[in-house]
Amino acid sequence: MNEFAALVFPILTLIRKELLAIFKDPANRIVLFAPAFVQTLLFGYGASFDLTNVPYAVLDQSHSAASSAFLAHLDGTGVFRRQATLSTPGQIAQVIDQGRVIMAISLPSDFADTLAAGGDAPVQLILDGRNSTTAGAASGYIAAVATAFNARRSGGGGITLVRRAWFNPNLESRWQIVPAMIATLSMLQTLLLAALSVAREREQGTFDQLLVTPLTPLQILVGKAIPSIMIGMLQSSIVLMIALFWFQIPMSGSIALLYLGLLGFTGAAVGIGMSLSALALNMQQAMLYTFLVIMPLTLLSGLITPVRNMPQVLQIATYVNPLRFGVDLVRRVYLEGAGLGDIYPDFIPMFAVAAVTLPLAAWLFRHRLA
Amino acid sequence: MLRDRSNLLVGFLLPIALILLFGYGLSFDVKNAPVAIVIDEPSLAARELVAGVEGSSYLASRRVGTLAEAERLLGDGKVDAIVHVPVDFLRQRGRGAAQVQLVLNGIDSVTATTLEAYIAGALGKAMEHRFDRGQGTAHGAGQIVLVQRIWFNETSNSTWYLVPGLVVLIMTLVGAFLTSLLVAREWERGTLESLFVTPVRPIEIVIAKLAPYVLVGLVDLAMCLLAARLLFDVPIRGSLVAVLLSSTMYLVVSLLLGLFISGTTRNQFAASQVALLTSFMPAMMLSGFVFDLRNVPLGVQVAAQVVPATHFMALIKTLFLAGTDWPMVARSCLILGGYALVLLFATRRTLRKRLD
Amino acid sequence: MSVAAPGELLPRKRPVVVARDLRKVFTGPDAVPFDALRDVHFEVAPGTLTALVGPDGAGKTTLMRMIAGLLHPDGGTLEVLGLDVRHEAQAVQNRISYMPQRFGLYEDLSIQENLDLYADLHGVSKETRAERFPRLLAMTDLARFTARPAGQLSGGMKQKLGLACTLVRVPDLLLLDEPSVGVDPLSRRDLWTIIEQMIAEEGLSVLVSTAYMDEAERCERVHVFNKGEQLAQGTPQELRTRVAGLTWVASPRSEEPARDLQARLIDASERIVDAVPSGGEVRYIRRPEVTDEQLDDLVGDRVARPREEELEDAFMLLLREHESDRNQVPGPSADVAGDEVRSGSSTSAAKDEAPIIEVRDLVRRFGDFTAVASTSFDVRRGEIFGLLGPNGAGKTTTFRMLCGLLPATSGHLEVAGVNLRTARATARRRIGYVAQKFALYANLSVRENLEFFGGAYGLRGRALRDRIRVIEAQFELDPHAQSGILPHGYKQRLAMAAGLIHEPRILFLDEPTSGIDPLARRAFWRTITQLSQSGVTIIVTTHFMEEAEYCDRIAIQDAGRLLALGTPRKVREQAGERGRDMNSAFIAIVEQGREASMSREPETEAVS
Repeated sequence: MNEFAALVFPILTLIRKELLAIFKDPANRIVLFAPAFVQTLLFGYGASFDLTNVPYAVLDQSHSAASSAFLAHLDGTGVFRRQATLSTPGQIAQVIDQGRVIMAISLPSDFADTLAAGGDAPVQLILDGRNSTTAGAASGYIAAVATAFNARRSGGGGITLVRRAWFNPNLESRWQIVPAMIATLSMLQTLLLAALSVAREREQGTFDQLLVTPLTPLQILVGKAIPSIMIGMLQSSIVLMIALFWFQIPMSGSIALLYLGLLGFTGAAVGIGMSLSALALNMQQAMLYTFLVIMPLTLLSGLITPVRNMPQVLQIATYVNPLRFGVDLVRRVYLEGAGLGDIYPDFIPMFAVAAVTLPLAAWLFRHRLA
Repeated sequence: MLRDRSNLLVGFLLPIALILLFGYGLSFDVKNAPVAIVIDEPSLAARELVAGVEGSSYLASRRVGTLAEAERLLGDGKVDAIVHVPVDFLRQRGRGAAQVQLVLNGIDSVTATTLEAYIAGALGKAMEHRFDRGQGTAHGAGQIVLVQRIWFNETSNSTWYLVPGLVVLIMTLVGAFLTSLLVAREWERGTLESLFVTPVRPIEIVIAKLAPYVLVGLVDLAMCLLAARLLFDVPIRGSLVAVLLSSTMYLVVSLLLGLFISGTTRNQFAASQVALLTSFMPAMMLSGFVFDLRNVPLGVQVAAQVVPATHFMALIKTLFLAGTDWPMVARSCLILGGYALVLLFATRRTLRKRLD
Repeated sequence: MSVAAPGELLPRKRPVVVARDLRKVFTGPDAVPFDALRDVHFEVAPGTLTALVGPDGAGKTTLMRMIAGLLHPDGGTLEVLGLDVRHEAQAVQNRISYMPQRFGLYEDLSIQENLDLYADLHGVSKETRAERFPRLLAMTDLARFTARPAGQLSGGMKQKLGLACTLVRVPDLLLLDEPSVGVDPLSRRDLWTIIEQMIAEEGLSVLVSTAYMDEAERCERVHVFNKGEQLAQGTPQELRTRVAGLTWVASPRSEEPARDLQARLIDASERIVDAVPSGGEVRYIRRPEVTDEQLDDLVGDRVARPREEELEDAFMLLLREHESDRNQVPGPSADVAGDEVRSGSSTSAAKDEAPIIEVRDLVRRFGDFTAVASTSFDVRRGEIFGLLGPNGAGKTTTFRMLCGLLPATSGHLEVAGVNLRTARATARRRIGYVAQKFALYANLSVRENLEFFGGAYGLRGRALRDRIRVIEAQFELDPHAQSGILPHGYKQRLAMAAGLIHEPRILFLDEPTSGIDPLARRAFWRTITQLSQSGVTIIVTTHFMEEAEYCDRIAIQDAGRLLALGTPRKVREQAGERGRDMNSAFIAIVEQGREASMSREPETEAVS
C-alpha cells in the first residue's frame, strides 16, 4: 500500500501542477473553452449540406396552363425560390454567372402541346456546377418533383419510392456533423495542449528540473497525459451538451460507452501530441508539427467527406488516424445507438496508436537531447 | 527569412500535402456505393424495376434474400442503402399505387442524400421504360423528361470545386499563419528593439517583412494552378491575369492580417492560435469553400460576409470554372483592397517604435 | 536619411544627453503603478564614456530605452543630441546606435549577413562597408567565422557580433545596455578593448550600463542607481572618496577558511557594510560610525590592515545605505538558516572521507565536436567545488552529465556511488539541481512551486507542509507571490528553495549568480557556505571569478579540457605572477592553455 502511494502520489502532484499551470492563465481558460462553444455553434449552423433554399430562374416559353402547373408544383415545395423570370435564353448565362441563382429551368414553347399529345416534354435544367454538391442535391430535388408531377398526371399509376432513413430520418447534415465535432474539436486542442506541454517545459528549462527528480519517465508521462485527457473530455462534454440541448439531436446510445470511446480516442490523440512534444525542441516547432499533423488527420477522418470515397491508398493510411475511428465511433454510438459489440473494432486502431505513441513519448523524454 | 526550416515546412510542404489531399483524398462523389436489393416476391415487373439500379454505374448492388438480412448488412455498414420491393408489389401496381421502399443509413447524410437521388433516378428510368413498352402513349398522359446540364462542371466532379477553394486555403495559410509568427517571434527574440533604433521607418519594416512571403505565396499559387491543370484536369477558364491579380490582392490581405495579429499579440503561441481561429478556420468553414452559404441561417451569412476569404472564394471559383466576369473581379478586388488598407493602417499602429 | 553632419549643429562642448526631473511610471504586475525612475538629473558629455551602475530593477534599461526614444518619459525633459526625444524620436534614432541587453541578432543569418542587414538598415554606403567591416571583424576576432550562423555562436561571440552590428556606422551617441552580462572574463576583456578603441579612434560618446565595477572604473563618469533613484554620480575617483578609510583587509587564522571569516564579518551587518573573500584573505568595509573597539571582537587576533578603496566598495556602501533607508534588508537571514545546520562540527571530518563524486576520463562528443575531452576530478563530501571556464568551455555539458541529463560518450562517472543516468529514480532523491535559468513554473505561486517539487521528491502530507514552512522562512519567500513576476534575486531564492526542499546531500548549481546584483550575490553565498557547513556537497559553475574564492577547490575548463584543478590558492599560484586575483589568474590560465594547444596541434590530449 505504501509503495503504491509512493508510486501514485508524485503523479497526482504532477497532475495538480499541470492543471494549475494551465488554468491559472486566464488566456488559457478562454482559449481552451470558448472556441469549443463558438465552433460547435458556428459549424452546427454553418456547416450544412442541406438545401433549404434553392434560388432559381425560369424561362417559360410555353406560357401555358401545363407549364404554370409544373412551376406551381415547384414553388409549392418551399425549397425552390424563384429569383428571376427570364424572357430570352441569353439571360440564363447572366443570372447563373453572377451567382444569383444556382439553377435555371427552361420550358420550351411546345411544352404544353407535347404533353397534351402524350409525348415526352423535355424540361431543360441548367445547374451551376461551381459547387457540385449543391448542384447534385438540387437536381435530386427537382427530379423528385418531376416524378411526382408525372405520377399525378398519369392518375397515380406510377410507383412511389418510400424513403426511410435510419438514424437520421430527415437526413439532416447537422446530425452528421455535430456529433462528429464531439471528437474532432477536442482532438484539435488536446493534441496541441499535449504537444506544448513538454515543449514549453523544455523552453523554460523546467524539464531538466523534472528529469532530475525521482519521477520516472512513466510517471511523467502519466502525469502529463492525464490533464490533457481530462481537458479533452471536458471539451467533448461541452460539445455533447450543445448537441443534446441546443441542437436537440437525440442520443440513441449509451453515454457510458460514448465516454469510454472518447477516452480511448483522446488517449491516442494525447499520445500523438506527447510524441510530437518530445520531438520538438521548442514551442514553435511543437506548434508547427501539430499543425502539420492536424490537417491530414482532420481531412482524412470522414468528418466532411466519406472515407469510402478516398483512393485505396489513402483509405489504408487512415488506419493510423485515430480521428477516423473516433468520428465513426461517436456517430455510431450517438446516432445509431451501437453497443460495444458493434463498435469494438473501432477501439483496436485507437489503442494501437496509443500503445505506440505513449511509450515512444516516454522514451523520447530522456533520449531526445536539447 | 526563408532560411528558417520550419517556415519552409509551412510555406511549401504543407501546401503540397494539401494539394494532394484535396485533389485525391477528398471527394463527395459517390462511386460504387454498395446497395442491397430485396425482392420479396419475384416477378418480371420487380426484376425490370430494379434493373436500373443494378445497371447504374454509381451503385454496386447485390441481391439479398430477406429484408432482415439486408438490414443487418446496413447496420454493419456493409451496404449504404436497401431497395426493398415488397410482397404485394405486383398487386398494388395493378391498382396504381405500388410502393418501393428505400432504406438509407442517415449517419452520413450527404452520401444518403446523393444515393437517394441516384436510386430514384435509376428506378425512374425503369419506370419510364416500362410505361413506354407496356402502355405506351395509350394512357394519354404525356411525361416530363428532365434534360439536365451542369454548367462549369459538366461531370459534376467535386474535385473541380475543391481545388479552386484550395487556392484560398493555401493563401490564408501562407499569409496569416506564417506571418502571425513573424513579428511575434521578433518581439520574443528582441530583434525588434534593435531594429527600432535605426533610421528605418515602421512602414518600411512592414514592407520588407512582407516581400518574401508574397514570393512564397505566389510560388504556392503557381503550384496550385499547375496541379489543377496537370494533375486534376480542372479547367482554368478565366483570364490568368485576373487570377493572378485577385490572388495577389488576397495574399496581401492575408499577410497583413497575420502581421496585424502578430503585432498585437507579441507572443508566438497566442498569435498562432488567434491566426488559426480568425483566419484559417473561417476560410475553411465559412467562406463557402465546402458548405454552400445559401443554406446557412442569416446570422452566419452575415458573419461570412465579414470574412475576406468569402469574397475571394466566390471569385476564384468563378475564375476557374466559369470564366472572367470583369465586374465581379473589380468588385471583389475593391473589397479586398479596402481590407488591405484598413489592415495596413492597423498594422502600422501596432508597429509604432515604442515599447510602452 | 541623416539630418545633418553632427559637428555643424552641435557645439563640441554641449552634452549629448540632458535629462531634467526625468520620471517614468510603470504599472506593476499587481496593477499598482510605481516609479521606475524618478527625479533623474543626468548629463552625458560628448566624447566620453559614461557608466550607469545599479542592481536589478534600478532603472538602467528604462533610462536607456527613453534615451533611444523607445519609451516616453512621464515627466521632466529629455534632450538627446540637442533634440527633444519625445517629439523627434526618429531624428534621434537616425543618429544614435543602441545595443539592447539581448541584441537582436538573426540567428538563422550568418555573421556576414547580420552585418550586411544592419548596414542596410542604417544606410551605410558600399565604400564605408569595405573600410569598416574588415576592421570590425578583426577587432571582434570573428573574421574566421563570417559564414557561421549567428545562432551557433557562443554567448561571448554573439555579444561581440552585436557590438559590431551596432557599430556598422559611427553614431553620435552609442548606448550599450549591459553588454557583458553572461559573458566570460576573456570575452568581456575583448569587448572593452573594442569599446575603448572606438572611443580613441572615433571620438564616440558612449553610455554603458553594467553590473561589473571594474568596467565602471574605466569610465569617466559613473551614475549609481537603485530602485529608480539616482544615488550618486561623479568620476570613479570622486565616488571612491566616499569610502576612504573604511576599507580593510583581514587575514584568517591558519587553518581557517577565508569564507568562514567572511561569513563572520558579513553577518555582523550593524558593524560591517560588506565582506568578500579574496586571494585567501577577506576584504571588508566598515560602517562609518563604527569604532575600532567595536570591531575588535569580530576581527579578534587576526591581522587586519587598511587597503586602498575601490569603486565596488563605494557602490556597496551606497546600496546598503539606500536599502537600510528603505528598511529592507535583502537576503535570507542567517539566524533561520542557522537552524538548518545539522552538524556544524562535521565540516572538517567529513571532508576527509572518500570522494562523493568521482569522474574519470569523462568524454562527451556531439558529432565531430568534442564538448568534454577526457576529464577527471573528484569532489569530496561537504566540499564546495567550483567549475569555471569561458562560454562554451564544456562546463554545462559536464554538469548535465553529472546530473544524469546527458549520457557520457565514454568514461566513468559516479555521484554518491551511482551513475545518475542509469540509476534507479530513488538515487536522484539525494541530489538537488538548480538550473541556469531558474527553472520555475512562472504562473504558479511560490507555495505551489514548492508543493510540486516537494511532491515530486516524494514528500507529502505533514512532512511536506512542515518542510515548506521551514524553507519559506529560510529564504524569506512570500508563499502567495506569483513566481513568474518575482524580481530576479527572489527567483533565484525560490529556485534554491525548490532545489533544497528534499534536503539533498549534493547540490548542483549552474551559474546561480548570473544576472544577480552584488547584494543578492552576497546573500546567496552566505546560504551556500552554511549549507556546506552542514555537510552538503555543492558543485557550482560561475562566471564571476571572484566567487571562486568561496570554493574549497575549483576546476578551470576551456574547449572541453581541464586546465587547472585545486584550491583557489593553488590555481592562483599556477597562473604565476599574473595570478594576483582570480580574474587575472583565470585569464592567464586559459590563455596559457590555448597557446599550449596551438603548439601541440593537430590533435591535443587533455591536461589533468
